[in-house]
Amino acid sequence: MKTAAQTVLTGQPRASDVVLSVQDLAVDIRTHRGTVRAVNGVGFEARAGETLALLGESGCGKSMTAKALAGIMDPVCDLAGGEIVLNGTDLAALTPKERLKFAGPELGIVFQDALTALNPVYTVGTQLGEAFRIHRGLSAKEAKAEAIELMKRVGIPEPESRVNSYPHQFSGGMRQRILIAMAVALNPRLLIADEPTTALDVTVQAQIMQLLRKLREEGQMAVVLITHDLAVVAEEADSVAVMYAGNVVESGPVSEVFSDPRHPYTKGLLESVPVHVERGAHLKSIAGSPPELHDIPAGCVYQSRCPLVQDICRAERPRLLPVNGSAAVVQTGAEDDADNGLGADADLDGGNYAGNFAGTRPPRPGRVAACHFSKELNNV
Amino acid sequence: MSEPLLQIDGLCKTFHVAKSASGNTRLKALDGISLTVGRGETLGLVGESGCGKSTLARTLMMLETPDAGTVTFEGTNPFGLRGKELLSWRRRVQMVFQDPFASLNARMSAGAIIAEPWATHRNLYPSSREREARVRELLHMVGLRPSDARKSPQEFSGGQRQRIGIARALALNPDVIILDEPVSALDLSVQAQVLNLLNDLQQELGVSYIFISHDLTVVRHVADRVAVMYLGRIIETGDTEEVFDHPRHPYTAALMSASPKLDVTGAKRDRIVLQGELPSPLDPPSGCRFRTRCWKAQDICAEVAPEPRVATAADGTLHLVECHFPLESVRGLTGATTAAG
Repeated sequence: MKTAAQTVLTGQPRASDVVLSVQDLAVDIRTHRGTVRAVNGVGFEARAGETLALLGESGCGKSMTAKALAGIMDPVCDLAGGEIVLNGTDLAALTPKERLKFAGPELGIVFQDALTALNPVYTVGTQLGEAFRIHRGLSAKEAKAEAIELMKRVGIPEPESRVNSYPHQFSGGMRQRILIAMAVALNPRLLIADEPTTALDVTVQAQIMQLLRKLREEGQMAVVLITHDLAVVAEEADSVAVMYAGNVVESGPVSEVFSDPRHPYTKGLLESVPVHVERGAHLKSIAGSPPELHDIPAGCVYQSRCPLVQDICRAERPRLLPVNGSAAVVQTGAEDDADNGLGADADLDGGNYAGNFAGTRPPRPGRVAACHFSKELNNV
Repeated sequence: MSEPLLQIDGLCKTFHVAKSASGNTRLKALDGISLTVGRGETLGLVGESGCGKSTLARTLMMLETPDAGTVTFEGTNPFGLRGKELLSWRRRVQMVFQDPFASLNARMSAGAIIAEPWATHRNLYPSSREREARVRELLHMVGLRPSDARKSPQEFSGGQRQRIGIARALALNPDVIILDEPVSALDLSVQAQVLNLLNDLQQELGVSYIFISHDLTVVRHVADRVAVMYLGRIIETGDTEEVFDHPRHPYTAALMSASPKLDVTGAKRDRIVLQGELPSPLDPPSGCRFRTRCWKAQDICAEVAPEPRVATAADGTLHLVECHFPLESVRGLTGATTAAG
């Protein structure tokens, strides 16, 4: 089933198999001030040939989510619950060793800073060929030939001679291409791109985005794009999940979410961008800053910055519920008391997390927002 | 516009570097930059990394000495000043840096950071009571609390740190503040707060800004005029709306086109995606520097470097472009004569 919005966005039908389904994902960080929950009951789906954007500001848990998906969390982080179902396998239930089999053939990840992501003491050919040696058992010579093919695929000129160069001998844009080549080497079903163009100049950024689009189409990959840039989401993504303080506060097709935001945070972000504002005019901004993870309030995570805040927002955390204009219906989980503190020690069993996609299997998650007043938002 | 506050003419700066692949050791970071900044005006400076934006900023801060060209600040050449005169000139041009985490000394309190410029400019606020009062006043101006003076930078968020950086720049009551990517390290919601603050301060103090940024959306919002740099040259300059709505240089058009747009309708647009990357400034192309990436390039572009020419002169502001084959303006050439500036 396809929503109308999708047709508008792409102009043509697309394969809509769910490649990745994340539910109730929770990640804890152990700090010297106690354990904090950095990702709190996050859920979304990524479909073949489509891009899902995880949008949020620094510290909202978007990169932590990406690392949890890829199984490369820092040692102080723990997967505290949830499912990461990739092509029918729940990665969260696997041991780290079992997961290694998936890294490469099933999922690839592109990082923001290509210079730190690449090893400076190995040639790019060695690093590009690694996947083929490990997963396909190719010889060093065969792997190098594959590396050259990969470099051609991602548009690196003169790959035959440059395959023996080291990362520092490439420009920023070329290094990012190499990183992307490593991620797509084994034609994974899922590509996670964590701020892939943030460190690049505008004209190079456009080239890299064009490359990612091309690779997505060719391989019918599902792409999870992590970004803080609303304009990148508007141009590149089919659907978006907006994150705040470790929670998804709103999600749905990009065109719907951006034209009719149903969470005050999304609305505030959109209004902070200086477009359609007279030059020099006062910009609407969101007062204050996000809460510390040590200090997430009971009730709505956004209450301290929300212009609509009421008593109920302080008492009760809003769940992600379907909002008007949504084609598909999201069923919520069993009626349970949403008044949970969600502090460091909150228990995981029993769908306590407001803000999950409990029961959202088929057909396609529509628009959801976690706000007590999402219906009134238009009148602000 | 009346007499400009700051006038830059033909500014050149060459660095000598270790031998490059081509054997060239001279890096022309600035190659004949001419600009003016009026009082209370915001000049937006855009361009990709390596185009010379930061060298220009450093030269205006007198951290680099130009090889050729002149800087005139209210009729004086600051590079000819010595001693007390030089000191008092330095007070008038200040800078806010990009990274609010690296640009504040972690071992000093916010108050000490803001007051530090007065250790050099002693006569500005001679008594400690005046200095304390002024720190409180500056904190208030940038939207922080007087009690914040005792806190150290680590206790502030990124946006608050940038406010401290702005307060430090304001401490010497400058006429010009060079803002080097002042909001690019900040989250979007905080970015709007800082842009509003900069706008309010300009209204209140009449200070001029040179606003360096790669974010065209931000530049369009804050700048009165904009200058686009490419490999050490200013290839297009003019009134912000004029340049954004009717870019005449292919590079400007490509830059605008490559920049992602927040279009809530979700309509996809055609984009100019430039091939290749910025050539090394050590080996700039002959003739027009942009020709290696330009889709309009002809033989003449490799032979002759284009001179700046007047594209339009609407509303008394010159729109200059350095291109042999400037793009057609939507509104056409209105005044291709040397109009009064």
